[in-house]
Amino acid sequence: MPRLNTPEELLNFRQEILSKRNPDNPCISICAGAGCVASGADEVIIAFKEEIEKQGLAAKVDTKGTGCPGFCEQGPVVVIYPEEICYLQVKAADVPEIVEQTIKENKVIERLLFKDPVTGERAVHESDISFYKAQERTVLCNNIKIDSKSIDDYIALGGYSALAKALGEMSDLDVLNEVKKSNLRGRGGAGFPAGRKWEGSRNAAEPIKYVIVNADEGDPGAFMDRALLEGNPHSILEGLIIGGYAIASHEGYFYVRQEYPLAVENINLAIRQAEEYGLLGKNILGSGFDFKVVVHQGAGAFVCGESTALMTSLEGKAGEPRPKYTRSNIKGLWNRPSVLNNVETWANVPLIVNKGADWFTSVGTDSSKGTKIFSLVGKITNTGLVEVPMGMTLKDIIYKIGGGIPNGKKFKAVQTGGPSGGCIPEDLLDLEVGFDELTKAGSMMGSGGMIVLDEDTCMVDVARYFIAFLTDESCGKCVPCREGLRQMHRILTNITQGRGKEGDIELLEELSETAVEASLCALGKSAPNPFLSTLRYFRDEYEAHIKEGRCPALACKEMISFYVDPAKCTACGLCMKKCPADAVDGAKKTIHIIDQEKCTRCGTCFEVCPAKFGAVTKLSGKPVPAPVAEADRMIIKKTKEKSSAK
Amino acid sequence: MSEIQLEIDGIKVKSTEGMTLLEAARTAGINIPTLCHHEKLEPFGGCRICIVEVEERGWTKLVVSCVYTVQENIIVRTRSEKVDRIRKTIIELLMAHAPDSPDLIEMAKEYGAKANRYPKDPSFCIHCGLCVRYCAEVAKKNAIGFVDRGINKEISFIPQIAAKECNDCKECFPLCPTSYLQAAFILTESLAFPSGQN
Amino acid sequence: MEIDKIDQIIDKHNCEASSLLQILLDIQSVNSWLPKEALARVSEKLDVPMTRIQHIVTFYKAFSLVPKGRHKVHICVGTACHVRGATRILDTVEEATGIKPGETDLELKYSLETVNCLGCCALGPVMEVNGKVHGKMSPIKTAEALKTYV
Repeated sequence: MPRLNTPEELLNFRQEILSKRNPDNPCISICAGAGCVASGADEVIIAFKEEIEKQGLAAKVDTKGTGCPGFCEQGPVVVIYPEEICYLQVKAADVPEIVEQTIKENKVIERLLFKDPVTGERAVHESDISFYKAQERTVLCNNIKIDSKSIDDYIALGGYSALAKALGEMSDLDVLNEVKKSNLRGRGGAGFPAGRKWEGSRNAAEPIKYVIVNADEGDPGAFMDRALLEGNPHSILEGLIIGGYAIASHEGYFYVRQEYPLAVENINLAIRQAEEYGLLGKNILGSGFDFKVVVHQGAGAFVCGESTALMTSLEGKAGEPRPKYTRSNIKGLWNRPSVLNNVETWANVPLIVNKGADWFTSVGTDSSKGTKIFSLVGKITNTGLVEVPMGMTLKDIIYKIGGGIPNGKKFKAVQTGGPSGGCIPEDLLDLEVGFDELTKAGSMMGSGGMIVLDEDTCMVDVARYFIAFLTDESCGKCVPCREGLRQMHRILTNITQGRGKEGDIELLEELSETAVEASLCALGKSAPNPFLSTLRYFRDEYEAHIKEGRCPALACKEMISFYVDPAKCTACGLCMKKCPADAVDGAKKTIHIIDQEKCTRCGTCFEVCPAKFGAVTKLSGKPVPAPVAEADRMIIKKTKEKSSAK
Repeated sequence: MSEIQLEIDGIKVKSTEGMTLLEAARTAGINIPTLCHHEKLEPFGGCRICIVEVEERGWTKLVVSCVYTVQENIIVRTRSEKVDRIRKTIIELLMAHAPDSPDLIEMAKEYGAKANRYPKDPSFCIHCGLCVRYCAEVAKKNAIGFVDRGINKEISFIPQIAAKECNDCKECFPLCPTSYLQAAFILTESLAFPSGQN
Repeated sequence: MEIDKIDQIIDKHNCEASSLLQILLDIQSVNSWLPKEALARVSEKLDVPMTRIQHIVTFYKAFSLVPKGRHKVHICVGTACHVRGATRILDTVEEATGIKPGETDLELKYSLETVNCLGCCALGPVMEVNGKVHGKMSPIKTAEALKTYV
């Protein structure tokens, strides 16, 4: 392992790596991110390596498991360079064909290509796929190109050139000013200007300062930090070292949630590799700047994503937040100046140093610059990670990139910002995505979770879900959050179970005010948001639950009944066969009836009843019609029935 | 320590740098309700009932007076519609657990709080933390601590330590606003103390 | 668990109290749960009050103070999976195993936990058993998948 002692040595080393790699030689990149692995990517990687070996091509063809390129819905994803041919939903059984056809004979296999759901056209290259076309993958683009465990891959793509530039050509103040000029706002939740945060720490009197990576991605449904940290750990590390340089900190921390063992493994490996190469440690690249990094794992507490709680956890204590009357960039970890930023924020730093603040500000809106990675999930055709310029409309993200709502369902709302955020309804879909724009609409950017909801989603249940989550994750120190959320959860649960009362909404609003105004930390202060935003845009659903005992979305289990429409039942017997509670009574040619006493409302009958019959219906807010009389249960032959109905 | 001038409830108050709003108010004879505050202990900021309105550089915000330090020329209001409303909610939330607490009953009268606003959940402990903090910071025995989090949070004695230290100390007992502490001790003593030490 | 092993782990972290969580996580990754004796040893060697350790091992949900079952079942209840019906999957698992999240059954066969987002949202609702992800679950598929674990 070479120790690189100057920026020139790094440059030469990079040239050396590139000279050993022939860009015309095929390189098979298989996504080894969590989603694809769950779909069998590990087997695909092994199959490729074996087949290439078998065919004697190992000298010319490179095969690697790479970071996540975001198109999780269609994984396992394979991209073959240099042509960038993109194959989707690849199975191990497809591998011999791919090697034979594409690698050896340069032919494209149609059936493995992306097929546009609307036009039916096939896309050969990654960049032709509609999912990717409208994206601007400034930060994520390298994931599919590098083996996450290889520092050489990262260096080959230009990695650590920003660090070399910062240490070799810029003063620490230059770096700080560039980040300030870029208007980079935190990508973790609050969107606070990073440059201003850094400056506060830099100017603080206390000489020992810390820089911290917040990789405690706790928002359920968010996995962008996971993809970045697992897929391209060096990019974050490089950003952190640059940040340390800018504020004169010599000690950095990664706080990674324990639920991401692969991320912990990869960042630990990256740190060891960087140390070996002299890119971390003493006198980095001969600049005289020393920097060391420690990795801490979280231990299963969402609240530790809050900056003061995270710092308390780093100190080896229970993660209870501290009052922020003195900001943590002045008094943070061990009461010393600490710059804490999110993974994605740090990932942008090397890009800003290399390409300049002007490049960064050329993308985005007035107040939100650059790109943002969103995890687009829920009731959406193309689930995955998308990176778009700030200012793109929600409509474009959901329809152009996301492919709209599947199964012919109607869009209802998009939930952004995780448990601290809110829901945005259809008539606001032209909203341009940005920190302030989302906040004005009653939601927030948060870490970038974007959960699409359709007509089958009950908005009251959405509020209940998030309040339940936060009640569970509350640290319990302060009354407004611990007790306030406890009561809000109880009331919302009652409403979704048909026990809502007049006055519940007002009581929820009162509890919301106390939590917002008097909670100790941002978890409590933003906890009422899901309730407040769903109340703002979907008040009618709350009132239907409370006043009519009806769930308009037909979703709340205790408030719906399943009923077989006698006019549509053909006695196919599927619902009776599949019912796990033995609640369906029926026989051949006999209209099936659901016994409401036995029914557990699991919804299986509704799902298995063939679409062409559609006999199982959901009812809410009204009594189930009395069962058909025994004498009328016989089904007369369908054709006769049809003509008699006319 | 420099002198800081501020206004509390219309009264000009002189204080020293580093003082909390609560301390400054008390020097001026202004009473702010507290539950988790104690002169001998580090400010906790848990009950939030000492919340006050602060007008600083044109912005009004709510802060807990037991933690927030005095700043030059700020205007503090210890009572207002919003402050009272929030205090009332806090009292009602706590009375669901400890309706018989004398401190809470007295505050309820002042703020018009109703003891039965929320369904009774007789866990009694209001998590003021006075017992835990006193044992850690003053008695320095660490015989009692918190366990778990959120609505499952509880105080819990370490039986091995409590068996040795508590009967000779019990200085935290008078601090408990709900007497739950005494009950917890008796329970721990009878069920969990190492045998031969009762 | 042997005292030596515990001491080794503590020394690996330079006996620093700020590494308390990391030490406990390391002990648990070797032993799969945290026995009282291990906690007492940590308290002694790091000179940290038992109350602090007690708070930490109950505050953070990664720690277990009871032995774990052979099969660790994790049901994702993240928003994306929730919206795709994770509650029904959880109900099915609770019925099949007889335990609720946070519990282990008496035969030490299953330990059940809910988790928030495994990063496989495209495959929701998701059930993870012993690290293996089962995606696109339904109540029926869930019951069948569980039967394969003996």
